[in-house]
Order: sequence, then structure tokens, then C-alpha cells
Amino acid sequence: MLRFALLRILSAIPTLLLVVVLAFLMVHAAPGGPFDDERVLPPESAKNLEAAYHLDESLPRQFARYLSGLVRGDLGPSYHYRDYSVAELIAAALPVSLALGLLAMSAALTVGIPAGIVAALKRNTVVDRLISGIAMTGISVPVFVVAPLLVLWLAVKLRWLPASWTGDTSGWRFLLPLVALALPQIAYVTRLTRGSMIEALGSDFVRTARAQGLGTRSIVRYHALKPALLPLVSYLGPAIAAVFTGAVVVETIFGIPGLGQLFVRSGLNRDYTLVLGIVIFYAALIIVLNLLVDLLYGILDPRVRHP
Amino acid sequence: MNDFARAAAFRGLTGGTSIRVSLAILLVVTAVALLGPFLSPNDYFSTNFDQRLEAPSLQEGQLFGTDDLGRDLFVRSLAGTRVTLLVAVVASLVSLVIGVAYGAIAGYAGGKVDALMMRVVDALYALPFVFLVILLMVAFERNFLLIFVAIGAINWLDMARIVRGQTLSLKRREFVDAARLCGVPPVKIVFRHIVPNLLGVVVVYVTLTIPQAILVESFLSFLGLGVQEPQTSLGALVNDGVAQMERAPWMLLIPATLLAIILLAFNFLGDGLRDAVDPRQQARQQRL
Repeated sequence: MLRFALLRILSAIPTLLLVVVLAFLMVHAAPGGPFDDERVLPPESAKNLEAAYHLDESLPRQFARYLSGLVRGDLGPSYHYRDYSVAELIAAALPVSLALGLLAMSAALTVGIPAGIVAALKRNTVVDRLISGIAMTGISVPVFVVAPLLVLWLAVKLRWLPASWTGDTSGWRFLLPLVALALPQIAYVTRLTRGSMIEALGSDFVRTARAQGLGTRSIVRYHALKPALLPLVSYLGPAIAAVFTGAVVVETIFGIPGLGQLFVRSGLNRDYTLVLGIVIFYAALIIVLNLLVDLLYGILDPRVRHP
Repeated sequence: MNDFARAAAFRGLTGGTSIRVSLAILLVVTAVALLGPFLSPNDYFSTNFDQRLEAPSLQEGQLFGTDDLGRDLFVRSLAGTRVTLLVAVVASLVSLVIGVAYGAIAGYAGGKVDALMMRVVDALYALPFVFLVILLMVAFERNFLLIFVAIGAINWLDMARIVRGQTLSLKRREFVDAARLCGVPPVKIVFRHIVPNLLGVVVVYVTLTIPQAILVESFLSFLGLGVQEPQTSLGALVNDGVAQMERAPWMLLIPATLLAIILLAFNFLGDGLRDAVDPRQQARQQRL
């Protein structure tokens, strides 16, 4: 296990480095400088500005400077929000996004797993068709379609729920963004659970248990559930990435001041350092969480540790 | 295996209701998107400030109503559908070419080369590609070509894995041995003898990468980073619709419904074909 864990951790480092290099090069290959949209500066001032942000140095030196800052958790200053550093802006936006993402993931698991089990047990009946159909719709229809439709229906037409984040301080403002963010994940978890549960129910050890006279309830509870949920663990990695991506849309639509909205704003503002910082932060977060998921999988399934 | 796969795919193609229905829907949508604009007197970019935000009505000839600049939403939706489908198909072809070449070479080479090439794929799987694509769109002029290439570059990983697995089993077959004995160079064996035999499986997986490409494109356009005005795509139209949601709900509902129908049809089609070719393969990939 230790060998497996060490190998896995070591392989995450080059991946992260690759992201940093790619993102850095992309931003620096971009045409035009970060201050192009402002009034034309006299050459001396432009030069001073470039020197202040170290833009006059060679690319390798800039990269070395950025990397050494990165190791210390310093992502540089924001070009657009002049008085803030990128790290400060990320830290301010993170808590809301994190809370929303965690809630969406828990909702996906608490709704999706039971729905998937029910569909598997009632395979090929009306109930299964209904659940699978809804799940397929949830997977196909993207967040940026679901979220506005929910707002239009529940907030604009029926006026049951607040349409935006601002102007309301009750807990209800969480509900619509949460539902919009969680729906696709609920759908995926349902489908995955259904598939692996059907496979588990068809396996030899379930047949043995049934031959011993166990009821369906205890077969699911004590025999089929564990192997059926194993694929779900490996789905957690992509799910986390999907929730972050979905959050970009949901936060933009509902006006939630989280990391996703900050990301889109910085992109539209061409705030290069902020975009770069957020991409690297997202990448690091996703890579670390994937790493944790892989380690968890290694603990749960010995076959992964000893290939 | 492969003859079997092709036969099964054909059986699924003609037998499964969901496959037939989704195929029919896609054909209709494509045909309307291609031909529809010729049937309307309006075009997708002309603004008319005398008829802004008019609700859909049959008498006025505005089947889907107009948007906030007075543009005909019917023609605009079809133009957007065309762009969305075009981006998706071309991006899928890009990912197809990269994925098939990469997977077939890795599978045929085997040994250390294979191990190394698949390690690279594993590492790339962990990359948050969507964010890198957004970065790409922020940093450069937003043109069509870049969108194609960027989306194609995301989607080839699954294809490479599947093709590699198929190649591993194909390369032990007699016809490959025969070709090798005749002195056919390896590159030619891969592309003349192995790749053509993969096409059945590849076609099925392309139908599954197309909706993923549509998702990425419309996601980018929704954020305002994809297709630029006056050009439009379904994602961009949904974005416009969100802005006018309270005054003109049809501006949101029509493109949203179109997008949902197209995505559902592609997913049902791909799913059905995959089940017909390879019943054990469960939906495990989600890349976004």
C-alpha cells in the first residue's frame, strides 16, 4: 500500500507541473499586454509599469519567478483589481463555492444511490424506465439549460424562490443553485449505481446467498451493496471536476460571488494573472482530490494495489 | 469479434426503438437547420428595431418571435443549430483522428512504448481541460478553428484507450501475421490493416463524443467565450435568453429545448449503439 501511495503521489507532481507550464505559456503567448485597454501611456510610464510587474524580463526568468512564488503560495498581483493579490481574491471567493460543491455532492450521493438501487431491483419495469429516463435527461441537458429554466419556472413564474443570490439572506437562496448544480451528478450517480448493482446482483456470491434463503433486503444490504458502490468511488474524481465546472455556470447565473464567477469575470476582463492563478488553483485542487480518491480506492480494493 | 460487433451494431441500428427514434430526430433537426433558413425571408443577422422582443406568432411570420435586437429567432435558432452541429462534428473528427492514430500505434507497438504512451494518457486524464480551454479562449482571438481544435484535443483520450484495447486483440489475428510475413512495414500494417477493422467500434464512440463536444462548445458560448456575434450557436442563444428571461421567455425556451433535444438524441443513439456493440461496457466516462 505504501509503495502504491508513493507512486501515485509522485505521478501527480509532473501532472501539476504540466498544467502550470501549459497555462503559463498560453497566457504569455497571448497577443497584447495586460494594460492595452487603458489610455495610451507615455513610453516611460509603460516601461515603469512593465518593470513593476516584471514583464520586461525574459520568459524563463518570468517563469522561474512565478514558480518560486507559487511554491510559497504567492500567485502574484491581480492586473484588474489593483489593490488585491490573486491569492487574496481566491481565498475570499472559495468558501461559498466549497460549501455549494460539498452540498451538491452529498445531494448527489443521498438521492442517486437509493434511486439507482431501486432501478436495479426493478429492472426493466416501468419504475426502472422512469428512473433511467430521468437520469438520461439529467445527464444530457447541461447545467446552463437546467438552471435558467428552474429560475424561469420557480422564481419568475411561481415566485416561490429567490431568483438571485443578492437581495435575500435566508437559506432559501441556496436551494435553486444547489438543485441546478446537483441534478447532473444525481443523474450520473443513479446510472452508475444501477449498472453496477445489476452486475453485482448477477454475480455468483449473490446467487449463493439467495440459495441460502436470504431475502432481497439483506442480500442488497450485506452482499451486493459494497461491490456495487466501488465504481462510484472512482467516479468521485470526475464528479468533483464536473461540479467545479458546473459551479462556473451556476455562480454566473445566480450571481453568487464564488470562485466560478470570479473566474469568468477575470476571463472577460483579461486579467491574466488572476485567470492563470485560478486555473492553477482548480488544477491543483482537482489533482489532489483525484489523488485522494485513488488512494481511497486502493484501500477499498486490494486488486488495485497489486496489479 | 469485429464482424460480430458490426453485425450487432447493424442489428441495433435497425432493431432498437430508441436508436431509430433518436436517429430520425437528428436527421430532421439537421435537415431543418440546413434548409430552413432558405424558406424564411429573414436572415440571422439583420436587426429591426421596429419589432423587438415580439412573441412567437403564426400570422406575423415570426414563428419563434424576435430577440431584443429585432432579429428573427427562427432563422437565428437554425443558424445556431448549424454552428453547434458543425463544431461538434468537426471537433469529433479531430478527436477521432488523434485518438485512433494514438491508440492504434500504442496498441500495435506494445511493450514499453505502449506503457509509456498510456501513462501519458493517464496523466492527461487528470488535467482540468475545460479550464485550460477557457484560458486558451481568453488569451487568443476567438476563432472557429481554435474552438474545433481545443474541443477535439479534449476528447481524444477515451478514443485512444478504446482503440488501443481493440488493437491489442486484433494484432494477434492471422491476417496481421500474414501481412508481417509479407514484409509490410509496421506503419502500413497499422493504418491499412488494423485501423479499417476498428471502424465499427470507432463509429459508435464518435456518436458519444459528439454530445460531449456540443456541451463544451455551448458551455464556452454561454460564457461568452465561444462563437462571437453576429454568428451564434445554441449556447450563445441560451445566454441571450437568460438575459431577457422575464420579458421574453421564448428567447430562453426555444434554444434551450433545441439543445436539450439534440443532446438527448445523440446520447440515446450512442448509448443504444454501444449496448448493441458491447453490452458490458457501462457509461463510465464523463469529461467536463
